[in-house]
Amino acid sequence: MNALIRHKYATTAIIWALLLTVPYWLPMFGGYTALAGRVLVFAMAAMSFNLLLGFTGIMSFGHAAYFGLGAYGCGLFLKYVTASTPLAMLAGTLLGGIAGTLFGLLLVRRRGVYFAMVTIAFGQVCFYIAYKWDDFTGGYDGLRGFARAALDFGAFKIDIANNSTAFYFFILAVFGLAAILQAFLLKSPFGRTMLAIRENERRARFLGLPIEKHIWLSFSISCFFTALAGSLYALLNNFADPLGLNYIMSGNIVMITVMGGMRAFWGPLIGAVLFVALQDYVSSMTTNWMFFVGLTFVCVVLFFPRGLMGMFQKGART
Amino acid sequence: MFQVVMFNLTNGLIVGAFYVLMALGLSMIINLSNVVNFAHGNFLALGGYFAFMLTPYVGFWGALLISPLLTAVFGYAIEQLLIKHVYARNHIYSLLLTFGLGFILQDVCRFFWGPSPLPLGIPDSLSTPITADLFFITWYRVFMVAVVIVAVSGLFAFLKYTRVGMRIRAGTLDLDTVSALGVNVAALRSYNFAVGSYLAGLAGVLAAGQIGLNPNMGDDLIMPSFIAIIVGGVGSLTGTLLGGLLIGVAAALTTVFYPAASEAVIYVIMAVVLLLRPRGLLGEEGMLS
Repeated sequence: MNALIRHKYATTAIIWALLLTVPYWLPMFGGYTALAGRVLVFAMAAMSFNLLLGFTGIMSFGHAAYFGLGAYGCGLFLKYVTASTPLAMLAGTLLGGIAGTLFGLLLVRRRGVYFAMVTIAFGQVCFYIAYKWDDFTGGYDGLRGFARAALDFGAFKIDIANNSTAFYFFILAVFGLAAILQAFLLKSPFGRTMLAIRENERRARFLGLPIEKHIWLSFSISCFFTALAGSLYALLNNFADPLGLNYIMSGNIVMITVMGGMRAFWGPLIGAVLFVALQDYVSSMTTNWMFFVGLTFVCVVLFFPRGLMGMFQKGART
Repeated sequence: MFQVVMFNLTNGLIVGAFYVLMALGLSMIINLSNVVNFAHGNFLALGGYFAFMLTPYVGFWGALLISPLLTAVFGYAIEQLLIKHVYARNHIYSLLLTFGLGFILQDVCRFFWGPSPLPLGIPDSLSTPITADLFFITWYRVFMVAVVIVAVSGLFAFLKYTRVGMRIRAGTLDLDTVSALGVNVAALRSYNFAVGSYLAGLAGVLAAGQIGLNPNMGDDLIMPSFIAIIVGGVGSLTGTLLGGLLIGVAAALTTVFYPAASEAVIYVIMAVVLLLRPRGLLGEEGMLS
C-alpha cells in the first residue's frame, strides 16, 4: 500500500515537473509551445469527460457539444460584448455547462448504447445551430474576429495575447486548477458515490443512493469542465470551429481518454500527448490521415483497450 | 404552392425511405449485438461504389441485385474480423471501433475512387418524369420508394417466417435464453450484421442513382438514422420504420415554410419524444435503458 501511494505521488510530481518546464524542453524536440497548449486543452476536455466514462461508468459520445459551446461562448463574448479574457471564459463555461445540465435532465434515465446515441444526437443539435446561424456564429467558416486580451490585474498586466510562453502558463494554471478540483471531487463523498455507481449500479441503488440525480450531477460537472476546456481552445486559436462541435470531435475526446487509460486520473493527459503528436505528425506526412488515425483507433480498441496508463496498472480492474 | 408542397412531400417520403433503410439495418445490429455501427454510412457509400464498378458489366439492374449482396459479404467479413471481438466489452469499445472503421473506409473510398463526386447511370426509362404537371417526380423516385417497400416487407417477412429471422427476434428479447436453448449466438449475430449491411448497401445503390457518389455520402444519413431509431424506440423495428418516415416528412415540410430549420426540426422531434415518452414511440419499457 505504501509503495502504491509513493508511486502515485512520484507520477504526479514527474507530470507537474514536465508540464512546468515545457517551454524549455519542447523546442529541443522540434515542437512549439502552442502544441503543448493544445495538448493541455484536449487533456482537460478528456479528463473532464473521464469523470463520466472512467469514474461514473457512463458513456457519453457527445462531449464535443459542450467543448464547442465553451469555445463559441468564449468567442462570442469577446467579439460582441467586451474584450475581457476571464469574463469570456466564464461565459463559455456557463454556456456549455448549462446546456449540458439541461440535456442531462433528458438523459439520465437512459443507459448504455441508448445513452450514447442520445448524447450524439444532442451534440449534433449544437453543431447544426453553429453551422446554420451564419450571421451570428460565422457558419461553416467558423467564428473569427476576436482575440484573447491581456490579463489586467490593476497593479500589473500579463500579456497572454502576444507572449506565447505566458499564455502557455496561463493554460497550465487553469488546467492545474481544474485537475486539483477534479481530484478533490473524486476524493469527496460524492466522488465515492460515482465510483459506487460505476462498480455496481444496482447495489448502489439498493443502498439508497439517488442514482439518477447523481448521474445528472456528474454529467453536469463534467460538462462545465469540458466547456472550460473549450473556452481555452477558442483563446488558443483565436477562432471557434464548427467542426469542434461535431461528433468527430466527440469521438476524438473518447479516443484520447481510452488511448491514455480511462481508469487512471492522468490517463487522458497521456492520451492527449499521443493524440496531438499523432495528428500533427500524420497530417504533415500524408493527406490520407483519416486512414491512419482510424487504424490507430481500431488497433487501440483491439490490442490496447486499457490504454497506455492501464498497462502500468498491474493490479487495476478493467 | 400545391406543386411546392407536393415536391417537398414526395422528397420527404424518399428521404424518409432512405432513413428507414439505414435505420433498420442499424437498429437490427443494435438490438441483437448492442453495437452502434458508426461505419454504417460508409457501408452505404461502399454499396454505391460497388454498383458504380459493376454497372458497366451487368447494367444498373444487375448492380442493384449484386452490390447489396457484396456489401453484406463485406459486412460479414468486418464482423468476423473486428467487431465480434468487442461484444463482451464495454459499449465504448464498439463505438470507438466502428468510429475508427468509418474513418478508414472513407479514406479507402477516396483513395480508390477519388474525392470528387461520381455519377451512377440509371436506365433512361427511370429518368423520365411521370406527368408534365408533376415534372419533378421521375419514375426513379417512384421506383426507389417501391424498392424500399419491397425490401422492408421482405425484411419483416424474413424476421417473421424464417428460422434465422425468428431466432434474431428472440435474441433481441432475451439473448441468454436463446443461447441456452442451443442456438449459436455468435453465428446469429454475424448473419444479423450481414443483413444490416445488405440494407445499407441497397440504400447506397439507390442513393447513388439519385444524388451520385462521393466518399462521405453516408455522413448526412447516419445522424438522422440515429434519430429515427431514438424517436421510434430502441428495440422496435416498426418504431424505427415509423420514426424514419416521420422525420423525413417533417424535415421536408419544414423546408417549405422555414428552410433554415429543416435539419433542426428532426432534433426538436427527438427532444419532444424524449421528454414526453422517453422510451420512444413504440419502444418497450426497459429495453436497453
